[in-house]
Amino acid sequence: MHKDESADEGRSLLSNRTAEVVVALLLLGVCTIVIFDSTRLGFHWREGEGPAPGYFPFYIAVVLGISSLINLLSALRGVGGGETFVAMRPFGRVLAVLIPSIVFVGLIQYIGIYLAAATFILLFMVVIGRENPLKALAIGVAVPLALFFMFEKWFLVPLPKGPVEAWLGF
Amino acid sequence: MVYQTCRDESQSTLKVPGTIIPTAARRETTGRYTVDEITSLIGGFKVALSWYNLALMMVGILLGVIIGVLPGLGGANGVAILLPLTFTMPPTSAIIMLSCIYWGALFGGAITSILFNIPGEPWSVATTFDGHPMAQKGRADEALTAAFTSSFVGALIAVMLITFLAPLVAKFALQFGPAEFFSVYFLTFASFVGMGKGSPFKVLASMCLGFALGSVGLDKVTGTLRMTFGHDELLVGFDFLIAVIGLFGIGEILSSMESGLKFSGSHAKIRLDAVLQTWKKLLSYWITSIRSCVIGCWMGITPGGATPASFMSYGLAKRFSKSGDNFGKGEIEGVVAPETAAHAAGTSALLPMLTLGIPGSPTAAVLLGGLMIWGLQPGPMLFVEQKDFVWGLIASMYLGNIAGLLVVLTCVPLFAAILRVPFSIIAPVILVICAVGAYTVHNSMFDVWMMLVFGVIGYIFQKLGYPLPPLVLAIVLGDKAEEAFRQAMLGSQGNVSIFWSNWLVGSIMTLGVVLLFWPLVTWLGQKRKSRSGNLAAASAGAAAVDRDK
Repeated sequence: MHKDESADEGRSLLSNRTAEVVVALLLLGVCTIVIFDSTRLGFHWREGEGPAPGYFPFYIAVVLGISSLINLLSALRGVGGGETFVAMRPFGRVLAVLIPSIVFVGLIQYIGIYLAAATFILLFMVVIGRENPLKALAIGVAVPLALFFMFEKWFLVPLPKGPVEAWLGF
Repeated sequence: MVYQTCRDESQSTLKVPGTIIPTAARRETTGRYTVDEITSLIGGFKVALSWYNLALMMVGILLGVIIGVLPGLGGANGVAILLPLTFTMPPTSAIIMLSCIYWGALFGGAITSILFNIPGEPWSVATTFDGHPMAQKGRADEALTAAFTSSFVGALIAVMLITFLAPLVAKFALQFGPAEFFSVYFLTFASFVGMGKGSPFKVLASMCLGFALGSVGLDKVTGTLRMTFGHDELLVGFDFLIAVIGLFGIGEILSSMESGLKFSGSHAKIRLDAVLQTWKKLLSYWITSIRSCVIGCWMGITPGGATPASFMSYGLAKRFSKSGDNFGKGEIEGVVAPETAAHAAGTSALLPMLTLGIPGSPTAAVLLGGLMIWGLQPGPMLFVEQKDFVWGLIASMYLGNIAGLLVVLTCVPLFAAILRVPFSIIAPVILVICAVGAYTVHNSMFDVWMMLVFGVIGYIFQKLGYPLPPLVLAIVLGDKAEEAFRQAMLGSQGNVSIFWSNWLVGSIMTLGVVLLFWPLVTWLGQKRKSRSGNLAAASAGAAAVDRDK
């Protein structure tokens, strides 16, 4: 069963152990940054002020560091190690949604959220979902329109708009 | 922007918790309890029973069930996204709608678990164990009725608990000083370590990451900038609403995409006679119901949360049931136990949020954020200053759950149809909604980018077994816990013994310390047992039961 599954999903891209190690190292990095800034802020007792601003972050970072070290060691010792974190095909599917999302968020700054949303939904449905283009067009237009009326008109919450909305007079 | 300023204001009033209490307020809360509460509750029903509020309640329940059914949207991030829409509403109406979304999401999780074997929410994972086998045997209507009814019973008991316990806790908490508040925060976080599943070091790492993120920005006590490294975007810090939308929303979309969701589920329509028959059967499981309610309420008030409560309740029901061996094959009791506990926990999580300003779950944390946006200070003073609001909310919990039960019992086919919409349509639409939600928190594009980053973190953390609720709660409560700690220390001139200076703060702190080191105790216990020749499985089971007690 397991064999079939892994064959179906492509070869393993990243083992659980590697992922655990990477995450533990990243958290150790966070720990270093926090400790670095806490020492600048001071983590000792200040007369009349109590614990200095760096006190709490410093000890938090110490706990973070110790737990990450233990997590790192147990990952290296191979507790639950050899299994696949993510295989080729599932990772492809994750990227298929992650990369368009990044492009979508990037587009918001230039063409406004409504047009970016329409483009994103339309292209995602057609290219990745292989849906009927007409259906995709309908949903791609309907969702931003609904959002527009809900936010700009009904609840009066302005969302980022681009040149097209400006041209239409909004 | 609006959000941040209100938050700052509310923080400054929190600086000396428990000391600015008008004497009139004190007198007011020392009345006769039960009578007082029932009159207050009737007043609350008057508030909640306006047409506007009833309409919002129905909208909330419907939205909530849809959110609960859809992958990628859940109670916490659903409420977070809709929060900006309530800025213009009166606070009571706003919280009625948002809390109803929460009830709806709690109900909705069961539909997908039973019909599609896909838990729409983490707390409905345990419902799939017996709920889906029942559906496969053609007893979907029975399983759904059992799930909805148990949810309703769990919530009802929890709301009753809130009605009578919350004013007491609030009154008690009026006397809290910084040390007491810190001890409660400490207990909150220690119980994540003590009651969590999986590695306690992952819980700690996740929690400390939350604290570290929470401490970025302006230090509220001294006005110093921390961890901003000269970046203006970081001045206001990381908002937990963004974290919630990213971790739970985007993260879940990524993991749903990874597993390549294909929905193939049973069809269901609930007929009235099936409902009545199931109700008759359910009566015989009253012991399971009571036990599950107790577990749920306990886990909700101490922030274990709905998810562990549902597993724990399922485990205990299996152990104590006469038909325990049939669990997992479609036993109705296996649906009753987790659903009752999950809903009881989800509801009672609002008790510490309302009375102490300390949320018991990520969704409660988001609702707490809402209170601050509407200019209300969560905590014991709420019961004195905002009676209409508190009792309106409590009354709406009764009404909302009744409305919820009716809605889900009648509209199951509709909600099941939503799940048959292909994921390639759902995914981009939910992503767009999440982006809008993240943007409207501070009107900032930086937040939308952060949402994506949190999404990736959520996806990876979930896969590696780093729990997300402690991370979120640490971002929300980090600065408050720190402030309480620093004030307590300042008051005692740096003497840690202030945390054991009276029986109240001392017992809360001691309980916190015990919970913090609980994993060590069970680990040592396991080690000794396995050394004395017992099976590892048996000792793990025993440890689990110990922890359950």
